[in-house]
Formats: sequence, C-alpha cells, structure tokens
Amino acid sequence: MAGCLHCGQDTPADKVIGDGFCCTGCEAAYNLINGLGLGRYYERRSVDPDTAPLKPDEDAAVIDYSAHVHQTKDGLSALYLMVEGIHCAACVWLIETVLGRTPGVVKARVNMTTRRLTLEWDPQLAEANSLAASIAQLGYRLVPFDPRMLGVETQKEEKELLRAMAVAGFAAGNVMLLSVSIWAGYTQGMLSVTRDMMHWLSALIVLPAVAYAGVPFFRSALSALRNRRVNMDVPISLAVILASAMSLFETINHGQHAYFDSAVTLLFFLLIGRYLDRRARGRARSAAEHMLALNAGSATVIDEAGEKHMVPPNQVPMGATVFVATGERITVDGRVSEGTSETDTSLITGETIPQPVSVGSAVFAGTVNLSAPLKIQVTAADEGTLLAEIVRMMEAAEQGRAKYVALADRVARYYAPVVHGLALITFIGWVVFSDLGWQPSLLNAIAVLIITCPCALALAVPVVQVIASGRLMRQGILIKTGTALERLAESDWVVFDKTGTLTEGRPELINADEIGPDILAKAAGLAAASKHPLAKALVRAAPKAAPVAGVREYPGQGLGLRTEAGEIRLGRRDWCGGPAVETDGPEMWFAEPGKAPVQIRFEDRLRVDAPEVVAALKAQGYGVELLSGDREAVVVKAAEGLGIERFQAQCTPADKRQRLETLANEGRKVVMVGDGLNDAPALAAAHASLSPSSAIDVSQTAADVVFQGQKLSPVLEALAVSKRADRLVKQNFALAFLYNSITIPLAVAGMITPLVAAVAMSSSSIVVIGNSLRLTRRRIKSE
Amino acid sequence: MDFLVYLIAAALFLGLLGLIAFLWALKSGQFEDLDGAASRILFDDDEMTSSKPDDKSPED
Repeated sequence: MAGCLHCGQDTPADKVIGDGFCCTGCEAAYNLINGLGLGRYYERRSVDPDTAPLKPDEDAAVIDYSAHVHQTKDGLSALYLMVEGIHCAACVWLIETVLGRTPGVVKARVNMTTRRLTLEWDPQLAEANSLAASIAQLGYRLVPFDPRMLGVETQKEEKELLRAMAVAGFAAGNVMLLSVSIWAGYTQGMLSVTRDMMHWLSALIVLPAVAYAGVPFFRSALSALRNRRVNMDVPISLAVILASAMSLFETINHGQHAYFDSAVTLLFFLLIGRYLDRRARGRARSAAEHMLALNAGSATVIDEAGEKHMVPPNQVPMGATVFVATGERITVDGRVSEGTSETDTSLITGETIPQPVSVGSAVFAGTVNLSAPLKIQVTAADEGTLLAEIVRMMEAAEQGRAKYVALADRVARYYAPVVHGLALITFIGWVVFSDLGWQPSLLNAIAVLIITCPCALALAVPVVQVIASGRLMRQGILIKTGTALERLAESDWVVFDKTGTLTEGRPELINADEIGPDILAKAAGLAAASKHPLAKALVRAAPKAAPVAGVREYPGQGLGLRTEAGEIRLGRRDWCGGPAVETDGPEMWFAEPGKAPVQIRFEDRLRVDAPEVVAALKAQGYGVELLSGDREAVVVKAAEGLGIERFQAQCTPADKRQRLETLANEGRKVVMVGDGLNDAPALAAAHASLSPSSAIDVSQTAADVVFQGQKLSPVLEALAVSKRADRLVKQNFALAFLYNSITIPLAVAGMITPLVAAVAMSSSSIVVIGNSLRLTRRRIKSE
Repeated sequence: MDFLVYLIAAALFLGLLGLIAFLWALKSGQFEDLDGAASRILFDDDEMTSSKPDDKSPED
C-alpha cells in the first residue's frame, strides 16, 4: 500500500483516486504545490509518522478572516494567524513561499516555535480570505488571533527572566575568576591587600547583579509573605541577600571569607531552572490560550412589522423572534417557531452528527443552523443561555482547583521554619557556649542559612518538570499547568467522555459492502453537492465518484437529482420512502425511481487504540468510567466494545460534574479525559484533566494537558511519565536532604569556608540535575 | 602586581561587551523563533526573500 503523495497517509487500495492520493483535497494541494514549482517541498520535509498528517480539511468551519484584519502604519493590511499542522521547516518554507509569490504580499513570516504567521499585504492587490484559503488548501488549519491580547504577560515575564539570567551568568563567571585567585591565594600567601582588592571587585560586580537578577525571587517572596505564606523563594531570597550582606561586611572589615561567588552562582542556577520551567509551559499555554470571541456575533431580530434588525445578543428581549439563516451560528436559547432544519450541536454536546429540529424543538446558543432558515422564539439570551451557564460552571470548578498547593511549596512550608530555627539556635549556641563575640557567631548562623540554601531543593521540582514536559511535548502532549504532573501522578481513576475522545468525532460509512460500489458511487456523486457531515462522510468513502451536475438541495430533507425516469433522492428516511427499520446510528437513504431505497449507515468510530488503552489502564489498577451525553444504546455499545463496566449515558454537563464530585467525596483522584464545551465543567472539576487537541478552545482552556494526534495512547504516556516524574522528584528531595544532613552540622560547627560552600552547593545541584536527566533515557515501563 | 589593574579591567570590559551584545540580541527579537532559525539555514535558495530576521514580531 503506497502512501498518499501529499499527506503520506496510506491510500486505501479499494478507492485510489488519480495516482496515489487518498482524497481529492490532497490531490488539489499536490497540484497547487507543483503548479507553483515548489515540488521540492516533498523532498525537504521530514514527516514524523506520529503527528497528524498534513491533510486538507474540507470539514473546517468557514472563518471570515477579513474581520480580523489589522491596519498597519504604512497603510498595509495585516493578519495574525495561528497555523496548525506545521511539523517541519519545509512547511515554514512552503507557506512563506506560496504567500510570498502572491502579488501584493509584502511580508509573510512564520514563527516555527510559536506556530504563528504574520502576514502583511497591500489591500489594493490582495484580499484576506483568498490569502488564507491558499494556505488552508495546502492542508494547514488557520486560526486568527489578536496579538495584543495574547500572552503578552507571559512573554514579558520570560524576557525578564532571560535578562536576569544573562546578568547573573555574567557576574557569576567573572566573580568565579576572582574567587579562584583568592582560593589559590590561601596556599600561596596572597597579601591581604590584594585579597581585599579582589573582594571589593567581587562586591562591585555582585551587588548590582544581585539587585537586578534577584528581583523575580524577591518579588515572589514578598508577595508570599504579604499573604502570610512561605514559599521556596523566601529562603532563597534570604540566603542570597544575607550572603551578599555578610560578604560586604567582611570585605569592609578586611575579613578572610566572602561568599559573593556563592550568592551569585546560586542565583544563576536558580534562574536557569526557572526560565526553562516558564518556557516549557509557555508554549503549551500559547497553544491553548486563544479562546477567541469568534461566536459572539449578533442576532437578527424580527420585529412586529416584520422588519429585520441586527441586535447584539445581550440586547435581545425575551420572547422576541430571531431569524437564523442557513449556516449561521445561533446566538440565543429558544424554541423553533418556524422552519425545519438540522443543527450542529458539537460546541454544546460534543456530538458531531447533526440533530434534526422542527417547530417546538429547543435550540441553544452556540449551535449552528445547518440546512434551512429558522425562526426562533427567544427563551434566554446572553448571560441566561445554557452556553453562559456552562462557562460559569467551568469557572467555578476551576477556582476550586486553584487551591491545590504544589509539592515544592508544601515542602517549603516546613523547610523554611526549620532552617531559620536552626540558624537562630546556631547563633544563640555560639554566643552562650563560646567566648567568641556576637559578630563571629552571627557569621556562623548566616553560614547555616547559606549552606542550607535550597539550591538543590529549588531545582528538584523544576528540572524534572522541564524534562518531563519536554519529553511529552515531543510526542504531542502539552502540559499547561505547573502542578498538572503532580496531580496526574496522584490519580487512581480515569473518566472518559465518548464523542470525540474515545471516538474520532466524525461519522464514517460502515455498510459499504451491503450497498455495493455502483450505488455508492451514484450516491456519493449526489452527496458531493452538500456540506452536510454525513454527505461528506459519504464522499470520503467514495472519493473516485465524480460530482453530478444539477443536484438540488431540499432544506431539511436531502438532495435530489431530476432524471427522465424521475427524481433520484439522497436524504432522510421518510423523504426517500425507506421502511421503518430500527437503527442505532445516523443514517441516510438513497432512492432511485422504480427501485427499493437503500439504507446507508454511519458510525462515529472508536479511536484505533482505544480498547488497548482502556485495557492497559485497567491492568495498571485505574478505575475506568465512561460518562457520555449520548443515547443509552450507543453508549452501551461503546462501553461493551471497550470493556468498560461503569458507564452513564445521557449526562448533562451538570450530571458529569456531579459524578466527579461524588467520586472525589469517595476519596478518588479522578482524571477526566474529554472534549467539547459540555465536558469543560467536568474537566475543570476533576483532579486532573486531559483533552484532545482537536477539541474546541474552551475545553482546551479547562484541561491541564492537551494531546495531539489520532491516538488515545498519549493518556497512558502522560500518566506513566507523571508517575516516574513524581518518583524522581521525591528522590531529588531525598538527595537534597541527605546533602543538608552532612553540611548543616559543618555549618553549625562553624567549619564552612567559601570554598567548601561553593563545592558543596554546586555538587548537590549537579547530582539533582543528573538524577532528573534519567527521565529522558529509557522508555518508561508501564507499571 | 600593577598589571592586574589593566588585566582585570580588560576582562570585565570584554565580559560586559558580551552581556550587552546578548541583551541587544534579546531586545531585537533574535530569540523569538529558535526552532525556525535552526532549520531555515538549511534552505539555501532565495525563495524566502520576503522574510527578514530583523522584523520585530507583532507580539512585542
């Protein structure tokens, strides 16, 4: 079986179209690329077989990009787009070249790290939608965003850390040069004048550097103290400040020992850890951050005189009649008062198969009216809609989870008082039991603080997290929140949503054999005229079929084609004259004049590896449960196919959250895996949560972890890595405490010199980092 | 030991130069797209003329 020339996926042997393409979209993209003379793209790219293939998505929602165009100062138009589907540099090259060759385009630059495209063009010569379409045609998905709203804060923070790190690194390097000379001077009889000069030089470098590079720690420590809490930054700040102050004091008094190098090296190491930590999570955040107000829109209200007005959704009066055109998103809750159509409720329920609606049916804001115009009697608008209610539930649940305290902070809570107490005891001990004055006693007490300074402790968690999230990111799993790995590691119960999570989230033809190739080709020829999800599934199943001309779309009924013998119909059962057969999935009927109508059945297929993942989870001792908003029969079938004993069908978002709360009260730590806005409250309420990246933005925002690709195995991988990371963090803490149990007695006894401090602190940090690196090495055995 | 005065001053000056260079690079957006820069170098044709690395990204 050869790969598709464009997307590289296997081309199904039974339905090859043209030469070696898997679908018409790929063929079009391939021809477009070769037509521009950019065929080298295929030689240059290196496709990771595990990532989602570059496949033109004909199902993608139509976005009006012109609404997102910005004007630049030079009179050019600019568009900022997130690009999904970039997997290598060749993609960047292809996008930039295709756009760069379009007349009027002044600048097209893809940032490969953030996957953002900046596009500037002359509005006289080009147009937003056609530019975007040329990229979409290649198989990339585009989402417009507003750069002013996006991640400005995190980026500023990241840059501040990087600058602080540069300054600390510069200072650490230079001071270490001076320090080595001083240490050498001990044995070679350096004059005290020279040593003092070296100390003063060190002070000159270190004091401004600490004042600048320490700010991120000082700020966080201060805000913690202000809230009467203690975090890891409090002992860090204290140690750095005291070490600098004491060294300055020693330098002024021509003392022998100054700890400038320790203070600034400590700061440098910690800043590296913190910067990596921020950066690893920054990328995941940027992928999930854009909850764009794409569907805010407006409502078309029909007044008593029958005139239409565009009204913002928050000003629609109760009881008013709202007109919704075909393809438009419904912006209010209400009942259908006129018209028969189908709605796409995927935003609310995660269900991708259109729901038929007729007079009297309830419709909800956020759904899309698919096949015919509707008039809706408004029952709720703006804040009163189900959509708004779901968002509120999600926010409430998220606040509850924000109370989770990271392991490092829990350790810091006990660590700081102990260390500070020890220092105090040392001071009192030396004053009382020796004839040294209070000054040398204080020096010893400060040495205790410096040597216990949590370099290893502060690195114990971030280094492991950086390595773990880097490892997961390479497999398309993005960690969004800092404590996600810790919470995942604690979990013992996994709850799945069905549609879009256990299943692929789109209908596929299942009875092609019963129908036979001839009828299938005819039906697909008709279906090509429609954007209906079932029709598109039919076209996918028979891509060779040529579209037929003259097909007429009957809103809410189906498609018809007039022939001499009569009308050929493809659509609803009653419209095509099909017999009353019991079915548990979506269906279409195909009727030719003078022949019996044929049933065409579809099914939302399970993800390929779903049964294995469920079995593996059970084998590892997790409780597995299925909560779905879908109908009983469908859920039972899926649960049986996967071997899940605990399941619940027809769950509302509130039901799901309720169930999670019950589990939490039973002492379970629940991982929720779901997509769709209906799952968002449950995702936020769970102890930890995962969401496939095909999910809509809202549920990505609510989830801790977002995974890409067609497979479900990332769930297993994330859990396994989190468990391993948890063990390594605990080992690191043990190592740090071991180190402290050796050095603290030395410090209390007053035997710490700057050389000993430097060696001890560096070696403990290196040991911790080395231990953390073990996470990258071998494959994780699932336990 | 007089030479120390010059040597240390020279060492600090050179180090400072490096620091300033880094801060400049950071400010001018050289670190915006590390993955991209690593790969772009492999494409030696001039197809990508429309993209100059000096552009400040709009997110700043």
